[in-house]
Amino acid sequence: MIIINIIGLALIGTIIWWFWLYTPKETQVRNNEIIIKVKDGVYTPSHIKCAVNEPIVLNFMRHDKSPCAEMLLIPEFSISAVLAVDKSTKVALTIPKTGEFEFHCQMKMYRGVLKVE
Amino acid sequence: MSSKETELALKEQTTQLSIEGAGCASCVGKIETALKAVNGVSNAEMNFADRTVLVIGQVTSEQLISAVESVGYNAKALCGDNENDALAEKDQADKAYYQKLIRDTWLALSLGIPLMAYGLFIGEMTVETDLERFSWLIVGIVTFIVMHFSGKHFYIGAWKSFKNHTANMDTLIALGTGTAWLYSMVVVFSPDIVPLMARHVYFEATAMIIGLINLGLALELKARGKTSAAIKRLIGLQAKTAKVIRDGKALDIGIEQVLIDDVVKVHPGENIPVDGIVIEGHTSVDESMLTGEPMPIEKKEDDKVVAGTLNKSGSILFKATRVGKDTALAQIINMVKRAQNSKPPIGRLADIVSAYFVPTVMIISITSALVWLNFGPDPVVAFAMVSATTVLIIACPCALGLATPMSVMVGVGKAAEAGVLIRNGEALQTASKITVMILDKTGTITEGSPKITDVLLTDESVGTIDEKQVLQFVASIESNSEHPLAQAVVESAVAQKIDLLKVENFNAVTGYGVKATCEEKELLFGNEKLMNERSINIASYVDKAQSLAKEAKTPMYFAIDNKLVAIIAVADPIKADSTEAIKRLQRNNIRVIMLTGDNSDTAAAVAKKVGISEFFADVLPQDKANTVKALQKENEVVGMTGDGINDAPALVLADVGFAIGTGTDVAIESADITLMRGSLHGLADGIAVSKATLRNIKQNLTGAFIYNVGGIPFAAGVLYPFFNILLNPVIAGAAMALSSLTVVTNANRLRFFKAKDH
Repeated sequence: MIIINIIGLALIGTIIWWFWLYTPKETQVRNNEIIIKVKDGVYTPSHIKCAVNEPIVLNFMRHDKSPCAEMLLIPEFSISAVLAVDKSTKVALTIPKTGEFEFHCQMKMYRGVLKVE
Repeated sequence: MSSKETELALKEQTTQLSIEGAGCASCVGKIETALKAVNGVSNAEMNFADRTVLVIGQVTSEQLISAVESVGYNAKALCGDNENDALAEKDQADKAYYQKLIRDTWLALSLGIPLMAYGLFIGEMTVETDLERFSWLIVGIVTFIVMHFSGKHFYIGAWKSFKNHTANMDTLIALGTGTAWLYSMVVVFSPDIVPLMARHVYFEATAMIIGLINLGLALELKARGKTSAAIKRLIGLQAKTAKVIRDGKALDIGIEQVLIDDVVKVHPGENIPVDGIVIEGHTSVDESMLTGEPMPIEKKEDDKVVAGTLNKSGSILFKATRVGKDTALAQIINMVKRAQNSKPPIGRLADIVSAYFVPTVMIISITSALVWLNFGPDPVVAFAMVSATTVLIIACPCALGLATPMSVMVGVGKAAEAGVLIRNGEALQTASKITVMILDKTGTITEGSPKITDVLLTDESVGTIDEKQVLQFVASIESNSEHPLAQAVVESAVAQKIDLLKVENFNAVTGYGVKATCEEKELLFGNEKLMNERSINIASYVDKAQSLAKEAKTPMYFAIDNKLVAIIAVADPIKADSTEAIKRLQRNNIRVIMLTGDNSDTAAAVAKKVGISEFFADVLPQDKANTVKALQKENEVVGMTGDGINDAPALVLADVGFAIGTGTDVAIESADITLMRGSLHGLADGIAVSKATLRNIKQNLTGAFIYNVGGIPFAAGVLYPFFNILLNPVIAGAAMALSSLTVVTNANRLRFFKAKDH
């Protein structure tokens, strides 16, 4: 039983580390443009680094037909877009301040971060 | 930078063009270079895969199209009609996805239902003999096939999310069903490592959960389609083609090809394709789809027409003034879309919770299993497995996540149908809490266009001059004046087709009135002070003038050769439905206050007529803002309604600023909420819809929180020690599927809300 309890507690620790404490690697926007794949419940890449006051275009390629994937929101800037299936949907923006800004679907199941430096 | 400024800064001037004739990747550079060379373009990026190019910069679609055409390709702007195409594509994709989900549902349920029936009515789902092992092995393999065909998307989604250090609904379903299947397979392959009492298989749970959740997703998809009915209706108003007259020829062209200053012809029964000004013809136009105004509006030369409205009776020619994404309709669609996807503050808690929700549920699931293993009764392994699985399956992050946006989507759309444009979720929420509504008088309660209401001849003048002649004289004098009331006098004369006379020696005396000579007569037109100054006897008519003032009219005296001839009253008529609309606000316990720059007699009279007991007269624009501030200090939630021009400081300062439009000529960006028709009923409608939406959000959030907060311990087995009840994972699966469906269905109820009844 002790071993089972230890395994259980280790699993809980792993969940906390994996989902909350781990910092995923960031992808830099190159040539002011980046393609973000919307598939299987995740944005790929999901952590995006870009420069402040630089116009960028986020190309969302949605392959997931589920309605969860349909809507893209960047709440900080009141941006919303309906992502077309199997097509690129462009979201052009220039972020006027530094910081980390979430983008996500309506239910926050798909989630990503724009890190602006 | 405030969020409003940021929003405007980010409202990038982007134009998306669809390119035709680009056959090879090398075309990309050519097109991009041509576009970047256009003055005002800061960037142009072409997506060769879908043959579209995104252009950033202050530039019109027409300039960009001609730049693309100059290098040998065709282009059209992606706006308006393409929204229709996008909508059709979306509907098609949704339909295909719905059919797939239904197929998945039936496949999973066709295994799950017989298995469940077997477990309930025929035999035990346990592994005791070799035959049972073999039989359940076959069932296990079939279940695996079902998991593969009907539930693959959950497992792939869960794995991808896991790799991405995130967890979502897929994670919970995959873990729940996967655990049940794996445990069952362990029982089948190595029953000896499991205590005898716990040798139970849960293949039916796996299949049923997959089936029910797919069914829930399919029903949710159907219900979600209805939540966007309002925006679909607006997009559907956009005509696809327009008939333009170029070089004397009538051409049918795509809406995106219509240019500013094109002459457009519209026949009865056709939708107006772009915004413009009528240059020929006469008709009535149904603007109800945009403004909520039920009566058709007469249109003649020089009147404005807007895209999306319906030409009813006559053919007209009009000159295009706004095309493509600049039309009022395109801006309305844009604003409604943005607002539908913005979140009111009430949804923030759900957002925070949903960000931590899934990993927390996983931790609770493990904790629950450990508690059962350590302290539970036999068979502990089976109890631990069932409770862990049920916790994973019952938790529903979707219900939490959908609670707010679904209601906002329907509510904002509902308001738009009534001609009320809500800027964002925050405005929606605050509007529902308004305790005080400040109304500007001129243009808000009243029409905003003063008119002559009375021309009363003195007893001595009757028979020597008629009302028309009086009007001719005063209009002739006032045509030289810049006073606001002078315009009303001149307009009245013009409306009655009265020719103006030549006047000489015109002299305006500020605060008194005007003097002039005309046809060798000395004319005086002004207030009591002017008459007294010239010692004109008005004593018999002062009472008459005062009674006119008490009717919210401004009386003025007209004298010829120092003899009083007539009293002329000018008034700004109160809108026909202002009184009723104000009553609606008051019935909803909103304190209504009127502010005006007019004198107190007129203000008192207007206030009395419309049933307002609190009013402030002689108020300067800056004082309006101070009034808002003072009320806010009293902890009132203040709404301010004005025309958006004189009242700008007060509109900005108020908790919710309502800009009142006239017809479709609206200042969309100028206020938190824009009323597209002049009627104050729009105000009451907007507040009623916002209250109903907030109520709906609260119902959804309460349901989602109670369900998840109450459901999870129940699934973990807290009731077992007291009542011997442990929830079946299949029931949990059905509940999970139902929870988000309930949220969407409840939001859809708002579609039937009738603002007018509140």
